[in-house]
Amino acid sequence: MAAPLVIDVSGLNKHFGHRHVVKNLALQVREGEIFGFLGPNGSGKTTSIRMLCGLLTPDSGQGACLGLDVLKDSARIKSQVGYMTQRFSLWDDLSIEENLDFIARMFSVAHRRQAVARTLEELGLAARRRQLAGTLSGGWKQRLALASCLLHRPKLLLLDEPTAGVDPQARRDFWEEIHRLSAAGITVLVSTHYMDEAERCHRLAWLSAGQLLACGTAEEIIDGLCLNTWEISARQDDGIARHALPDFADKLRQLPSVDMVASFGATLHVSGRNAEVLKTGLEAVLAGSALQMRPVPPSLEDAFIRLMQGSPLHAPQGGGD
Amino acid sequence: MGRFFTFSVSRWLGILIKEFLQLKRDRLTFAMIVGIPVVQLLLFGFAINTDPRHMPTAVVMADPGPFARAYLAAMQNSSYFDLVGSVDAREADALLDEGRVRFVITFPAGFHRDLARGKSPPLLVEADATDPMAMSGALSVLAHLGTSVFAPDLPGLARARPPPIDLRVHRRYNPEGLTTYNIVPGIMGVILTMTLVLMTGLAMTRERERGTFECLLATPATPLEVLIGKIIPYIIIGLLQVTLILAASRWIFGIPVRGSLPLLYVMVLLFICANLMLGITISSLARNQLQSMQMTIFFFLPSILLSGFMFPFQAMPGWAQAIGNALPLTHFLLIVRGILLKGSGLGLLWPHIWPLLLFTAVALAAGLKTYRQTLD
Repeated sequence: MAAPLVIDVSGLNKHFGHRHVVKNLALQVREGEIFGFLGPNGSGKTTSIRMLCGLLTPDSGQGACLGLDVLKDSARIKSQVGYMTQRFSLWDDLSIEENLDFIARMFSVAHRRQAVARTLEELGLAARRRQLAGTLSGGWKQRLALASCLLHRPKLLLLDEPTAGVDPQARRDFWEEIHRLSAAGITVLVSTHYMDEAERCHRLAWLSAGQLLACGTAEEIIDGLCLNTWEISARQDDGIARHALPDFADKLRQLPSVDMVASFGATLHVSGRNAEVLKTGLEAVLAGSALQMRPVPPSLEDAFIRLMQGSPLHAPQGGGD
Repeated sequence: MGRFFTFSVSRWLGILIKEFLQLKRDRLTFAMIVGIPVVQLLLFGFAINTDPRHMPTAVVMADPGPFARAYLAAMQNSSYFDLVGSVDAREADALLDEGRVRFVITFPAGFHRDLARGKSPPLLVEADATDPMAMSGALSVLAHLGTSVFAPDLPGLARARPPPIDLRVHRRYNPEGLTTYNIVPGIMGVILTMTLVLMTGLAMTRERERGTFECLLATPATPLEVLIGKIIPYIIIGLLQVTLILAASRWIFGIPVRGSLPLLYVMVLLFICANLMLGITISSLARNQLQSMQMTIFFFLPSILLSGFMFPFQAMPGWAQAIGNALPLTHFLLIVRGILLKGSGLGLLWPHIWPLLLFTAVALAAGLKTYRQTLD
């Protein structure tokens, strides 16, 4: 029994002047899901999120967010959505408490004082309540921004690159919080550049130049690209062979059967779609060298590097049209 | 459209509190708001001295008799006039043109004889009225001198009607002659226009530039709540400024308040609202703070130049008067002068009140219309 759809939009388009920044976006996100939104800079992630919460009006398209029409009911959507902007957008010249209090008033939160006090406690900000938001470090700003999104107990969280510029410990804490929220039934749509974060999502969408190229779980996306990946490494821990790897990578890129070569520490990941041709090609190049090859399951990163290199020859699987 | 006019008092209060807190933190701006009126008033008030003395004066003497000499001596003693010498009419014109003298006094032929016979001879005074405020004190002294100087010599004529001399004043260059008290009501209007339009003009663009507008837009706050919440602090600031200016003009410059003070405050409130609405509209239109400043100046300059603050309104050509009539400052100046100096009431002032009301309504409508509820 699938959970109800919280976001269900199709054919969303947005132009900025002559630039077509979001092209026919179709997206379905289920209740309680953590949905990852990935794609290079300028691929239309922020614009898509803003259209979902009513900050931008789509030029065309239709759909519902929390059961409300994204085109007509943006005001009612706003009151049930927690939107965390990419850039810290609370007031630098207000204290933590004043910021929370303001947001609580804006959302007409019931029992405002208690709600603010509780949020301060929960996020460990109580001791810093009187500190001006502008003087906080990146990690604390992020916690504050998240706290302000949660004050009105939204059903849907839209997080736009929430962990950009935040240290690993804070990122980890942040994701723990996201999973707690998701377990409590809150739907989370989060955009990110980090692969480890992508792997923490239930489902993912890959956006490139305004187009949804892939959508599904990590496995579905990897499978959909039909990649065969070989890991190439030195036979022994041979410094000479290891130093030869970058040159070798360039040589491999010349092979017609190779779609992608990426360095992973002391190894290379080489991927291609035709398993047989790739294998014979690699064996020919490797013959007589101090390098060895072994097949590995393609990682999400392999898949995304492949996606980033251009539109796939295969039709995207699972969604997108 | 129904939601457009939804109004939640609690949300509005939230915005109001936020604006006050931000204002409180922005010490420099706050200091400016209080400092500007005081400094400007003192600067203008004293720099534009309403009663200057020792003004260079040339004399065209067609009849050098003892009466004329007595009169000149009395002028000198009044300390308003410094006689620079006797010249002929043509030279006197040149001196006045070049600004080397402020007054030319012409004693006509037969002055002594006519005066002795009680025929009230004319005494021609040509005054450089480019700065009308500068002459008024001196001119009133001249009129008074006519009676006092000749009284001891002509006991019979001292109480005579008509007065012993016929003082004919030609206000050169500025026949209008603005009144002495023009400057303070003017400054009040100018300061309110400048600070309030500028401050509110920046109110929304500041949010936009800092990125906080996105956060504000993501909340369910409606345009009306935001606009009115942002305006209230500045209304209070405006009233504070007016009180400062009125106190200074009363206690430092001795300007009377002849009309009703509550009425004056109601009118000030209306004028403040008109300016704030315009500021908010500018704020919604401008993409950044620089644009907003430019728009403010674009509005501010005609307000100063065409409202009658700087140049006499009636002396302007029709098209300029039409522009001036569309500006709130024009009407506010007339209202404030009416209340302060003439003691005018509501009925008399109505022709200048409705344009202010109209301006406020149009500006509010424009502000709500241009308020962008999205980031498009």
